[in-house]
Amino acid sequence: MNNNRIEPIEIDLLLEAVFRRYGYDFRSYARASIERRIRQFMSEAGCSSVSEMIPKVLHDKEFFSRLARYFSISVTEMFRDPFVYRAVRKKVVPLLRTWPHFKIWHAGCATGEEAYSLAIVLKEEGVYNRATIYATDFNDDVLERAREGIYEVSKMKEATRNYQQAGGNASFSEYHHARYDAVAMSGSLKERITFANHNLAVDEAFGEMHLVFSRNVLIYFNRKLQNRALELFTDSLVHGGFLCLGTKEDLQFTDVNNRYEVVDGKAKIYRKKGVP
Amino acid sequence: MKVSGKRHAPCGTHYKAVVIGGSAGGVEALNVILSALPEDFALPVLAVQHLHPGDYGSFALHMASATRLSVVEPSDKALIDRGHVYTAPANYHMLVERDGTIGLSVDERVNWSRPSIDVLFESAALVWGESLIAVILSGANTDGAKGICAVKKAGGFTIAQDPASATTRVMPLASIDTGAVDEVLRAEEIGRLLAELGMRGNI
Repeated sequence: MNNNRIEPIEIDLLLEAVFRRYGYDFRSYARASIERRIRQFMSEAGCSSVSEMIPKVLHDKEFFSRLARYFSISVTEMFRDPFVYRAVRKKVVPLLRTWPHFKIWHAGCATGEEAYSLAIVLKEEGVYNRATIYATDFNDDVLERAREGIYEVSKMKEATRNYQQAGGNASFSEYHHARYDAVAMSGSLKERITFANHNLAVDEAFGEMHLVFSRNVLIYFNRKLQNRALELFTDSLVHGGFLCLGTKEDLQFTDVNNRYEVVDGKAKIYRKKGVP
Repeated sequence: MKVSGKRHAPCGTHYKAVVIGGSAGGVEALNVILSALPEDFALPVLAVQHLHPGDYGSFALHMASATRLSVVEPSDKALIDRGHVYTAPANYHMLVERDGTIGLSVDERVNWSRPSIDVLFESAALVWGESLIAVILSGANTDGAKGICAVKKAGGFTIAQDPASATTRVMPLASIDTGAVDEVLRAEEIGRLLAELGMRGNI
């Protein structure tokens, strides 16, 4: 049996060890990406095979924390795909406005850039104070960074351009202030956001949401876990509530496809149908 | 120029897929190659071309006008089907899963690129091994060189666009310099060779 066929077995065993020892379930993650990360970590950790990592993971917590950081690398940006935020302004906000209060679940918020982007849209549309926003992730380290809302100055040029393309009607600099070589998002954007730990692989639904915003999170899951997460979203949404996914994530071929109508096919905005 | 290995025996292997990567000048070469493939081309083609992150499908549309094959900018978990060309969406890495579907990721850039050619080639090499053909085209950086090595190591067949005929030679040269390239050819020749290797009767 060549290495190419042994390694997938080793990776199964490693993920099983991680789950049974620490409770983090990466067994249902999209395989190609997680394998890539394991191989990267393997070479950084100086191990010559995946098997060699298994006893270390089991007996050395610090080794596991280093691996866990590799598993939860998350890359996001302010107003990623500006046209999505334009579509939210045009097609979602007018309906959110019809509720005296509304709740938003930002599932898989990572370091928070898109949570702040959405908060800015709600501010500019004059509905921010009616919103309660839950921004969740399974990783406490990234949640802490999201809560702090401090980002590199070097990213602000692109953020500003995206903000303008997203239909921003003020100056992006109003929403942050400089701190040394970084910028801190304005405290007024944080007032209605609660950052909380939630793991889509094991935790339960949140009640009565009007918008679930979860972009480029499902792509990291296999079909089974995707369907689990989508069931959670569907159970959490009120009838007529909105679901916004990443531009390359699709409800077609998922278990919940018939529960939604398409609001914007390109921006991947869906609306949960009422009881038939 | 270092070209390793013997000339490949085109009809000896039953290929399952073609991966192609390009950057500056890659679109032109890809155009030439795809237009040479017949309607009944029996392999899937997965292509990474470095794009502006704000390209929302226009590259795929442009490619569609150059080929008789169906061009798809895939969503996550799209099933890989023969005779189709899959172009990596801007701002996503495109990977191959063992179950024959496409996986997308927004992991950090590799070689300052997302999509990265290395990411596609390395994942494809794991899945298809010796049944994979990898082609590296014109470009101004070295993305793809590691990927070409991975394909070669897994027993696949590797082709680089002739640097002399490429708009920008850095990328094919970087791959050739690894010693892992089987054939160095002009875009028209690559198109003809792929058409032959991917003929229905040869698969």
